[in-house]
Amino acid sequence: MTTQVVAMGYQHNWWQILTSPFMGNALIGGTIVALAAGLIGYFVIVRNTAFAAHALAHIGLPGATGAVLLGVPVALGLGVFCVGGALVIGVLGTRRADREVATGTILALATGFGLFFNSLATKSSSTMTNVLFGNLLAISHEQLITFAVLLLVLAASIGFIYRPLLYTSVNVEVAEAKGLPVRLLSMIFMALLGLAVTMAVQAVGTLLLFALVVTPAATAIMLTPKPPAAMLVSTVISVISVWLGVGLSAMFNLPPSFLIITIACTVWLVVWVVERRVRPAAKTASGSDRPSAVGDHAHH
Amino acid sequence: MSLSDHEPAAPALALDDVSVVRGGRLIWSEGTFEVPAGGIVAIIGSNGSGKTSLLQVILGLLPAASGSVKVLGKPPGEVNASIGYVPQNYASASGEAIRVCDAILLGLNGTRWAFGRTSREDRRRVAEVLDAVGAGGFARRRLSELSGGQRQRVAIAEALVARPKMLILDEPLASLDLRNQREIVQLLDRLHDDLGVTILVVAHDLNPLLGVLSSAIYLLDGHAHFDVLDDVVDESLLSHLYGTQIQVIRTPQGGLYMRSSG
Repeated sequence: MTTQVVAMGYQHNWWQILTSPFMGNALIGGTIVALAAGLIGYFVIVRNTAFAAHALAHIGLPGATGAVLLGVPVALGLGVFCVGGALVIGVLGTRRADREVATGTILALATGFGLFFNSLATKSSSTMTNVLFGNLLAISHEQLITFAVLLLVLAASIGFIYRPLLYTSVNVEVAEAKGLPVRLLSMIFMALLGLAVTMAVQAVGTLLLFALVVTPAATAIMLTPKPPAAMLVSTVISVISVWLGVGLSAMFNLPPSFLIITIACTVWLVVWVVERRVRPAAKTASGSDRPSAVGDHAHH
Repeated sequence: MSLSDHEPAAPALALDDVSVVRGGRLIWSEGTFEVPAGGIVAIIGSNGSGKTSLLQVILGLLPAASGSVKVLGKPPGEVNASIGYVPQNYASASGEAIRVCDAILLGLNGTRWAFGRTSREDRRRVAEVLDAVGAGGFARRRLSELSGGQRQRVAIAEALVARPKMLILDEPLASLDLRNQREIVQLLDRLHDDLGVTILVVAHDLNPLLGVLSSAIYLLDGHAHFDVLDDVVDESLLSHLYGTQIQVIRTPQGGLYMRSSG
């Protein structure tokens, strides 16, 4: 009785499934997406743009369903809407409070249009599911090539603007005073984020994207405050989540997005709990301003 | 021609009939003064009088609506590499994700494009400047773990790391307790003596700074003025400036205080 309640169970031929061509594509595609997520995730957190990253994934939805309506590739529709949306958010958002409201409003409008376009193109509501939850197993050879090119663009761009981007992220007022083009850097960053989101949506979907782009970076920042190390750790967490997720999905016939996201979130939760227990001790150990300080009269 | 022709330090600031307009509104005008290099100069004025606009003009972020501005002898914006800037809120948002020493390092290489390894010399400079401001002990801590006083030291270290000729601090004493206020003022005084930098300090409360200031730029009735400290610490001028009765007290020990007695 209990065996057939859910279609889940150990598949003895999992290695055969895992080594089949479509799983190969899923692994390579997932790895490329994880690398992209790792590269951009650190900056998403340092720049306080986690909500924008989440919203961009949703803004991709009308792009994808609209593309089906027009008969153009889904990835193209996704890309145009994600990068376009990113630039709009970048233009609107100079003040953080404005940005939150503008971003949320665009998010809702985009999701509505995504649903509308989808209802017009009745035959392919699977596009909707694919965009919402991702479908690594359907990644084609052409998509892999696009992914690889996008990853190269992303890596080269971040490599080129790394230090100025970090400077404007950590300390925008000082960076501006030094003469860095703060606004231009912000727009470039948003466009790159749009690219990364375009890729990640195809792997884990709109609704789960946050956990692949933002969560591993947040985990990494808890583990290390060194920027390059945090980017590396974040990338490693993303890649391991994807590999384990794809592997387990072959073993147990479960959706890979679900497994990838569950693994990434579990790592985050474990690190968060451990960090809470360890770090307060470190803080109090070196709490006062100066070890040799004279009595602190001002507080009394 | 002669040596003295070659050497005279350009004034830190030279303004000639400068006016500043922001959002279509005239903030202040008729700013004509020279600030000699090498002093500790307060920038004072009531809220909304245009202190921030003045800083932005000096940094080249806001063009003067009229008149001419020279900063360290050059048009504003051309000398930003020689200016260290300490904003009012230093890295308050994202301090979790970066260490003190990495943040300071950005003061050296944060404007360089393309990827590059950090040189040994840059690292040594970071350590040196952290020691100079008394922040050597927390170089490897996260910015978010610092207290207000520690954070201000780090902000000053970052401003100093590229060996500026001028240091601009926006309300560096706000939200610090009395001991930290005193220590930061002593630090500024020492840096001024040791490095010979010109220091501009925006401040609401002049009292903690009175002992070290040489002069002040004050924004009054829509105009910008400059004077040596003795002439600025004047009861009627200060009362007019702050819009409330100010009493100046000189103690027999040489102390100087001002208080509101309205």
